[in-house]
Amino acid sequence: MAIIPKKNEMPVQDPILRAGNFKEVALGYSKEVAVNEASRCINCKNKPCVSGCPVKIDIPSFISKVKEGDFEGAYAIISKDSSLPAVCGRVCPQESQCESKCTLGVKFEPVAIGRLERFVADYHNANDNGEVAKIESNGVKVAVVGSGPSGLTAAGDLAKLGYEVTVFEALHTAGGVLVYGIPEFRLPKSIVAKEVDGLKKLGVKVETNVVVGKTLTIEELFEEGFKAVFIGSGAGLPKFMNIEGETLKNVYSANEYLTRINLMKAYLQDGTTPVYRAKKLAVIGGGNVAMDAARSAKRLGADVTIIYRRTEKELPARLEEIHHAKEEGIKFEFLTSPVRILNDGNGAVGGIVCEKMKLSEPDESGRARPIRIENSEYEIDVDAVVMALGTSPNPLIKDTTKGLEVNRHGGIIVCEETGKTSLNGVYAGGDAVTGAATVILAMGAGKTAAKSIDEYLKNN
Amino acid sequence: MYKIASKKTLNPTVTEMQIYAPLVAKKAKAGQFIILRVDEDGERIPLTIAGYNRENGTVKIIFQIVGSTTEKLSHKNEGDYIADFVGPLGKATETENIKSVCIIGGGVGCAIALPVAEEFKALGAEVTSIIGFRNKDLLILEDEFSACSDELIVMTDDGSYKRAGNVTMPLKEMLEAGKKFDMIIAIGPLVMMKFVSLAAKPFGVPLTVSMNPVMVDGTGMCGGCRISLVKDGVRTIKFACVDGPDFNGYEVDFDEAISRSRAYFDFERKAHEKTCNLFKGVN
Repeated sequence: MAIIPKKNEMPVQDPILRAGNFKEVALGYSKEVAVNEASRCINCKNKPCVSGCPVKIDIPSFISKVKEGDFEGAYAIISKDSSLPAVCGRVCPQESQCESKCTLGVKFEPVAIGRLERFVADYHNANDNGEVAKIESNGVKVAVVGSGPSGLTAAGDLAKLGYEVTVFEALHTAGGVLVYGIPEFRLPKSIVAKEVDGLKKLGVKVETNVVVGKTLTIEELFEEGFKAVFIGSGAGLPKFMNIEGETLKNVYSANEYLTRINLMKAYLQDGTTPVYRAKKLAVIGGGNVAMDAARSAKRLGADVTIIYRRTEKELPARLEEIHHAKEEGIKFEFLTSPVRILNDGNGAVGGIVCEKMKLSEPDESGRARPIRIENSEYEIDVDAVVMALGTSPNPLIKDTTKGLEVNRHGGIIVCEETGKTSLNGVYAGGDAVTGAATVILAMGAGKTAAKSIDEYLKNN
Repeated sequence: MYKIASKKTLNPTVTEMQIYAPLVAKKAKAGQFIILRVDEDGERIPLTIAGYNRENGTVKIIFQIVGSTTEKLSHKNEGDYIADFVGPLGKATETENIKSVCIIGGGVGCAIALPVAEEFKALGAEVTSIIGFRNKDLLILEDEFSACSDELIVMTDDGSYKRAGNVTMPLKEMLEAGKKFDMIIAIGPLVMMKFVSLAAKPFGVPLTVSMNPVMVDGTGMCGGCRISLVKDGVRTIKFACVDGPDFNGYEVDFDEAISRSRAYFDFERKAHEKTCNLFKGVN
């Protein structure tokens, strides 16, 4: 059979329509399309795709099950290695992971592994009767701090091994960045809720409204009888640029802007939490979070410009997100950097002054260093600004946990192979360790730590 | 869900509640705050802790009806539940090496100033309290302040009770008369704290103010609560939720904080009117 050179297209909501709603953009494959896409896999011998996956899902095997039409069989294979397939199928940067290694991709487009993963997970969730095989408890208590991707993964793996797991979440809803950060149109909250429910059925307890470091300390968790702790408290304090005008009204961190819209549902007409409905809004930054903020603002009726100091080529966001943003009418100002934010006379944003940049030699991150062009200042007319510049680790746990070592950025220091911290029985992973990274890397760290915790507890 | 263990009306717009939240009660200290949601899909609002009872597992909050959420909360009764209650957040008020303190409370800010005054009393410091209200009807906690203060001065703006005028008047008089304090702690409306700062500055007495900015998560994640501190002309940004809520009163940029506190004024007014009308329908 001749090879089909291109991926099956992902059906999406029309760009003009979707720029006015918060419904999911990508609609998912049908059974027929999924089987057809799966048949593109040539089942090559050395399976390079698996090495591109941070949690090493047996990709060719699940794809061959899809090809046979055995979707539950495919799900069983994925869920051996991934606790959150419906999430990862949507938000993983497959183009730089599994799909970048696909043998087919050498000559043609790679197999759409991410889309197939999503299809399989959605099929399972739609047909799942909710029954979970009962797991015999071993009576050993493990605490997980934070219910984001790393915490949920560690909790799931440990529960499957028989541990009595309690997840402590600071906010009122479980899910971490999956519920406060990533918008509904990219990852519907019902999917996250379903994953959390799945964990609860496994016996995992979820305690919301507990800020570890404040309500309880790590030390107290041990006093309460927990034998090991996994810290997956996520990224922390938002970064700002330290430019004039940053404390004006309607200057938001991306964290605040997205939290108001997603977690607090400010996008609903009768929402109780306010968010400023900008006419013209600038997003500073070029990562996935910048795209999420820009596309959210667009849906709230703003004319949106993304300001980025390098060129399109260096944008750290996923290609698909950039593509979707452009389709939705988001404008980009490349080689541009903000200098100051103007006051409208009432203490709110009245514009932003930027200057042009040019690229020079690569810096320590390997990316070309942007340098300012003298006398290139110009003003962009905006009434709101969102800063999507990343975060620095949250100090709450570090400040209240004696002996927990952190690096100079404040990230918790762990042994990469095991996730072990400087304290006995305390493991960590995800953004709390690495600084802002991806969902799948955090999941991978959760898996690693769960395995190490199991070994540690068996030997102690 | 968190149970309302008791409820008391302190004045027509100010209500006191004890919320059953043993983990919070166990850790709470004067100066710290909590965040609550009244119901599912409600907004998160920060309230500074007005007291706690570790044995009963309750935390006291005192709030003024200013918007939709506080309106809804005020309609809850003893035995009812609220959806979320998390804390204690922020840093506790510094009490070390303070032997003589002047506590200044303005309006509902007195609710937060009280546990601070009580804490200093318990530590054996000399406590001078100045509490101020717009008028006699709004007066709260006079007896409680009286019990923990070596000297208590009560002010009303219109002179309808005790002395007429604002809280800075007696403070200035005392400082001018040579009264020494190790620390002045002012808790109340931003404008009041700004004027206390201006009044006290020439005397060089350290001043702590308690900030209560707009907040979402309260754990350092959103950065909405940022406050500018200006020291020797250098401006730095702090997050009230993790770095505060107490700050050096001579460094806070009050004008900016006042402007930022009004960011959602129109939204809140409309939401409050809507909520009031809803309750009109059922009550």
